[in-house]
Amino acid sequence: MAMKRQIPFALVFIFGIFMLFQYFVPHESSEWVYEFLLDWIYIIGILALALGIWSLFRVSVDKIKTKKPNWVYSYVTLMGLFIMTVFGFTAKTGDSWGLYPVFVITFMLALFMLIQVLAKPASRNLYGLFGGAFLLAAVLIAILDRTWGFYFMEAKGLQNSMFRIFFDDVMMPILSTMFALLAFFIASAAYRAFRARNLLASLLLIAALIVMLRFNPYLPYAAYVAKVSNWLMNVPNLAGQRAIVIGIGLGIVATALKVILGIERGYMGKG
Amino acid sequence: MKVILGIVFLAVLLTCSVAFAQTDAMTPADSTAADTLSPPAPPTDVKAVDTPNDHGHSITVTWKLSTDDGGGAKSVSHYEIFRSASPTGPFDSVGTAVAGQTIFVNGGDKEKQSEDYFPDDSNFYYRVDAVTMNDSVRSSSEIAGPAHAYGQWYNTGRTPVLVAVLLFMILTIYFVSRARKGQELYVRPLGGIEAVDDAIGRATEMGRPILYVLGLGTAADVATIAAFTVLGRVAKRVAEYQTDIIVPTYDPIVMTVAQEVVQSAYLDAGRPDTYKEDSVFFVTQSQFAYVAAVNGIMLRELPATNVYMGKFYAESLLLAETGAVAGSIQISGTDEIAQIPFFIVACDYTLIGEELYAASAYLGREPVLLGSLKAQDWGKALVIILAIAGIVAANFGWTWFTHLFKVAN
Repeated sequence: MAMKRQIPFALVFIFGIFMLFQYFVPHESSEWVYEFLLDWIYIIGILALALGIWSLFRVSVDKIKTKKPNWVYSYVTLMGLFIMTVFGFTAKTGDSWGLYPVFVITFMLALFMLIQVLAKPASRNLYGLFGGAFLLAAVLIAILDRTWGFYFMEAKGLQNSMFRIFFDDVMMPILSTMFALLAFFIASAAYRAFRARNLLASLLLIAALIVMLRFNPYLPYAAYVAKVSNWLMNVPNLAGQRAIVIGIGLGIVATALKVILGIERGYMGKG
Repeated sequence: MKVILGIVFLAVLLTCSVAFAQTDAMTPADSTAADTLSPPAPPTDVKAVDTPNDHGHSITVTWKLSTDDGGGAKSVSHYEIFRSASPTGPFDSVGTAVAGQTIFVNGGDKEKQSEDYFPDDSNFYYRVDAVTMNDSVRSSSEIAGPAHAYGQWYNTGRTPVLVAVLLFMILTIYFVSRARKGQELYVRPLGGIEAVDDAIGRATEMGRPILYVLGLGTAADVATIAAFTVLGRVAKRVAEYQTDIIVPTYDPIVMTVAQEVVQSAYLDAGRPDTYKEDSVFFVTQSQFAYVAAVNGIMLRELPATNVYMGKFYAESLLLAETGAVAGSIQISGTDEIAQIPFFIVACDYTLIGEELYAASAYLGREPVLLGSLKAQDWGKALVIILAIAGIVAANFGWTWFTHLFKVAN
């Protein structure tokens, strides 16, 4: 039990001290170790991604099983997750897609049956039977149909038309929509926050108005408004930002030192 | 009248034609002048040395300007640098420098398979040519060398950083040892930290869960590490009060660490059986998809308290405003300067910048952590003193003072 806690602390100390000194040692051998460690971060990240996907799968199945609010969308989450993976790893070998659409449908049905096996234990035999049948059909199509194939070592699947449609024409517009909501939330937050409750709040309100009107050329005395607004942004605002940045810098160094020296142990699960 | 106008027009036309003819006539003369340019004076004092403070695979060539560069015949347009493995040649061109420049770094790749490979520990000889507008009219300097590239074991340009880090380490160790000896250390109260317990109590009374968002950082970010510490404290309180906690994560490594933190907190609180493994789960690594998922959780689960600790970007206001709409008490802490104003506007309590890193000391009140906080404060005091000294030095033209703090890459 003691070793279970001491080994991680020792590793953190050794690698932390190495990374600290690597910053001051430009030699090629030090650089090689640094890049080797960075590569390991990617490897650990990919392994952790597998754990993350398993966590998402389990939570979604649990939602379906216990019929939590909006449980139907968990099906969409899981279907979307696995079908995009299939699209990303498959590509045409020739001019036509052959039985690829049939493969996709049977794969999705097999996946649905698998979810039902986990979510509805009472009928697991029936769903298991159907799931097995669909999975067998999908595997047979994948083996026998030569018009398309799996590409795990190349990025050919990323040019798959279905992948591109779902990514470029579905996902990107949805993500852009979420980003666009920010404009409305800024307006609502500003409406709530910019109130002349006291002297400081009033000063904030006036400064915010001046800065917002900065780019309006039709105001009377627009040039003076622009000058005042530029001064506000470049002098008091920048001074405040720099002060915070200095504090953050010191805080980062202090926290990093505490972690390396084992003083800060919260990340290990022991406060 | 018409005749006079016509004569004036013809005179103007004639004058322009003559002027144009003279310009045409001049052009061949200019070309002739260029053809007969004499070679400029060569650059002098050419030196080739290993580029300092690097990993090797680079040699720096310096020289004194040709007297015809900006003076004399002013005919030098650029310099061309040549390199060879032997003093007798053959020399290959490795680059050019504009007129007025006296330094050139000849570097390359460290990989042998690369086309741009520059070997270490191999002797090279350099020559610098002063070149005119006509490439064939030039003069060469003396051969400089041999020079070979090698990596350094210490970057002298980063000495100020090393001094600062060592000084800070000494301060930290000093105050931590004073704290360990039992000295009382005062820290000013932080509203956000003091509100955590009340917020958890509120959630318990209302029978609603607590939502803890670790942000979009990775486990390597210091802000995320600080957020783990706060999560541990919050999870322990949650376990003691028997409230639910929901922790949706953006990064899978952060998820695994957070699971360990929360599980340990439940164990510390003496309630390991009430720990739910699915309370900490992975959502997605897409920024706005993560926001959509967390917003959905807020509107479905209606948590009584939302805690945002860690690294946040454009999604900060999306999260905070949705939480405000859901009626949750919101406590936030981030070191992202651009997002702090959004959190201040939309959340009830905000930890600004370094207050996030101080949160662990505040929550635990351990002497060791408070001691490190004191070291941070003294570090800031030192920065303020040096900033004032820098302003004075700049006003008096004492450039040596600012050079003391210059850090080279």
